[in-house]
Amino acid sequence: MPGLVFILIIITSFFFTGIVIRTKSIFSGRKGPGIFQPMKDIWRLLQKENVYSQTSSFIFKIAPDIYFASVLIAIMLIPFGTQKGIFSFDGDFVFFAYILAVGKFFSIIGALDTGNSFEGMGASREALYSFLAEPAFFILMGSLALLTGYTSFGDIFNGIHFGSYISYAIGTLASFVLILIAMIENSRMPVDDPKTHLELTMIHEVMVLDNSGFDLGLILHATNLKFAMYGAIIANLFLTPGREWYFSIPIFIGVQILFAVVVGTLESFIARFRMSHNPQFIFTITSISLLIFFAVLLILGKYF
Amino acid sequence: MSLSVCIVLITILFVLFVSFSKEAWSGSIALGAVLVNTGISSWVAVNAVIGHSYLEIINGGPVFGDIPIRVDALSGWFILMMNFTVLTGILYGRRYMKLYENKSGMISLHFASYIINHTSMIGIFIVQNSLAFLYIWEIMALSSFIMVIFEYKNPETLKAGLNFLIQSHICILLLTIGLIWVSSHTDSYDFNSISTYSASVSSAISLVLYLCFFIGFAIKAGFVPFHTWLPYAHPVAPAHVSGVMSGVMIKLGIFGILRMLILVNQNYLIIGYIILIVSLISGVYGVALAIVQHNLKKLLAYHSIENIGIIGIAIGIGAIGIGTKNPFLAFAGFAGALLHTLNHSLFKSLLFYEAGTIYQTIHTLNIDSMGGLIKKMPQTAILFIIAAMAICGLPPFNGFISEFLIYLGLFEGVHSGSLSITTVFILLIAGLALIGGLALLCFTKAFGIIFLGQARSHFDNEINESEPSKLFPGYLIVLFILIIGLFPQWFIRLLINPVSEFTSGITDGFPALKIISNLQSISLVAWVFLLAIASIWTIKRFVLRNKRMVITPTWSCGYSEANSKMQYTASSYVRSYRKLIGPFLIMNKKEGEIKGVFSSPIHSQTHPYDKVEAIFIDFPLKIMNKMMARVRFIQNGNMRHYILYGVVFITIIVFISLLSGVAAYLFNLIKQM
Repeated sequence: MPGLVFILIIITSFFFTGIVIRTKSIFSGRKGPGIFQPMKDIWRLLQKENVYSQTSSFIFKIAPDIYFASVLIAIMLIPFGTQKGIFSFDGDFVFFAYILAVGKFFSIIGALDTGNSFEGMGASREALYSFLAEPAFFILMGSLALLTGYTSFGDIFNGIHFGSYISYAIGTLASFVLILIAMIENSRMPVDDPKTHLELTMIHEVMVLDNSGFDLGLILHATNLKFAMYGAIIANLFLTPGREWYFSIPIFIGVQILFAVVVGTLESFIARFRMSHNPQFIFTITSISLLIFFAVLLILGKYF
Repeated sequence: MSLSVCIVLITILFVLFVSFSKEAWSGSIALGAVLVNTGISSWVAVNAVIGHSYLEIINGGPVFGDIPIRVDALSGWFILMMNFTVLTGILYGRRYMKLYENKSGMISLHFASYIINHTSMIGIFIVQNSLAFLYIWEIMALSSFIMVIFEYKNPETLKAGLNFLIQSHICILLLTIGLIWVSSHTDSYDFNSISTYSASVSSAISLVLYLCFFIGFAIKAGFVPFHTWLPYAHPVAPAHVSGVMSGVMIKLGIFGILRMLILVNQNYLIIGYIILIVSLISGVYGVALAIVQHNLKKLLAYHSIENIGIIGIAIGIGAIGIGTKNPFLAFAGFAGALLHTLNHSLFKSLLFYEAGTIYQTIHTLNIDSMGGLIKKMPQTAILFIIAAMAICGLPPFNGFISEFLIYLGLFEGVHSGSLSITTVFILLIAGLALIGGLALLCFTKAFGIIFLGQARSHFDNEINESEPSKLFPGYLIVLFILIIGLFPQWFIRLLINPVSEFTSGITDGFPALKIISNLQSISLVAWVFLLAIASIWTIKRFVLRNKRMVITPTWSCGYSEANSKMQYTASSYVRSYRKLIGPFLIMNKKEGEIKGVFSSPIHSQTHPYDKVEAIFIDFPLKIMNKMMARVRFIQNGNMRHYILYGVVFITIIVFISLLSGVAAYLFNLIKQM
């Protein structure tokens, strides 16, 4: 059933951020809210009325819808172990990256639409960091395509399980890159601190300063969905093929929870970088994915 | 009557018409001419694209010899693309020029050159006689020069125009060298002799021959480092001319590169690598510089360089596909190149038209003084954002489809090619992804600062939406952008014949079918995406139906007196990016000093400059000027001296021919001894 992974990701998104927050609260010695608290907040927001700025135009009103829709479509492309996603075709990960870019395009111009200097600042940073992170993802997918000989999410994750240890080593490196990409895409530590209280140091939070009510709810939940989506990609690296759903689903949920705990741990122990150091940090991810590429070349014996 | 004679006669007739009619009518007459020529050439071109190529031979007398007119699928594809943009160009330009009527007296000349330019571009695509080709190329260059310097009273325009004229003649020089080289060896001006000649010589020589053509055409196309004329010429030309130049005229270079790829027999692998490297540099450099531009049209001009780079990457992939006999690679590469050529001509001409509309409304192209135009000109804003998203390669618009084909080729090459192909292609993938991300930064800046927020400066005249007849060409283009974006599979079928011109030896129907089924899925997902947006919007409307909508000032983090001056500007938006790539840029900065406790207003100005231009154009020119200064005494303005120079020159020529006879005689003598 191709829709299974879609439903699983949606379910995961409900508690993902909750686990992150819970982990952080445990590490800092607080009791912390329940894991469904972020969802309750979003639900509350969805029932509120929208407040719009006098400056903004229809772009600002439609931007959250397009942003949310782009994340939904991206999720539809994610496979589940041996099962393909709802949509699967050669080069679907290119579509995946570009459809997310559509959402980003609109969230950026939505921020610029308010005429607020802080939101312009956030938009500028978001655009800068996302273009820096782009090559890493493509090199990673290129290496996986090279390793498996396929060019779609479904086929790649199907073919990656040779059963050898090396493919799992590459899986680990790849999940490292994916975690970092997810942190950047979702504007979390060490690039951005969602809990900072100074607008000057924010990225994503400051872009949505003027969004309220239903729109803000959509944007916040899109972040949850994005987290669960990257978690699903990482889980795919470790789903063993040919096994029944009663193996795959627990592995999937397990990887997602582990990912959330890792995110929470990272955020508890790492401080946010200075803004001027972020580009260097983001670009190092590209070099790590190049490392994966060379590892794959070595495995395939292309060096002679 | 034959096709070409027919088109030439129509052109002459309409040019005479334009010259002797009232200025007010000249736009409409030009439209008529373009319509008739478009009709005739498109009919032949459509037939060629679906597989019935056209051939006629005109007797050009003793000078030209036989002039073959061949319209194959490749020419057909380019003619169709060019006709559409020229048509929308004249539809838009007719309205654009209304403002200049009875002011400059150049309008008739302008429209006459527009007609001539259109005809000469058709000629370039179909004429396959070296000498005739060069003549037509020259006519094209001169007519576009006249169109560029329409506002010749502005010294900046004239300077840019001259720059354009000189560089297009360097291009012609290289083409002349290449074509004469071949015809001096084969005694034939027919293009087919190029392939027979290059098959008869060693591969190194044909590589040099190809590079000669490549550099010549690369100047026209605007590959880095041959691009320097482009960011000057595009901004100063009237908007529809910029649109046509950027949309189709630089594609003449692409056409030339592709045509010579078919004709010159060479090592496709090496030529593929060369094209790939030049293109990657062009792509990244073009967009990297586009971001820091303040002038909207200059920004778009640098984006043309980027897109030429993307087309070049596709051509390189295709060449490597032929070189390695990989049909999928070849098909994806050339189909991507041809489709991106079409796509770029659509969205870039649209962007230039809308830039022209903005210019005529607020009389400036400086992005930093715009803002909030979306409320005054909503239709222009919608047209602009669609083109902007298309040029960023975002689905569901057309730019994505061609970039997707290129990505498919690259990923295919990564896992099926040799080590060197894999390594180069992975770098290209990273480069293409980088270009995509940078384009996003660039066009969020352009759209966001121009149309969104509040107006950044005050304009005396009232800002209104432009009239429907000026918006109509834009909607026409958007229609095609959407059709290609949402039904890409139709266009791939059309591309099968043009691509098979290159891959006739190695491709069967197989890769095309695979790609078509892929694109069908993309079209499906694109529709689902639109559906998802619509349904979320509907749900939102439903949930909020009984709630009031509150309109308040923008939240300024507690500050209550926020004004339009406090918004982010284009320069501040890209500041962190500018710092990041600082070493690759030259930013000329002028800044006043703060004097005293109560300073008078101070100004700070930044002007981005092109580092490649500084190294490849300005520096050699400086040296040349220095060397020329030593012999400047020759040019002393004295007529008698000039006559003396003539006599000396003739004497030297005569003596050289005499002496060469003597030398040959002596040489023979020594040989016999």
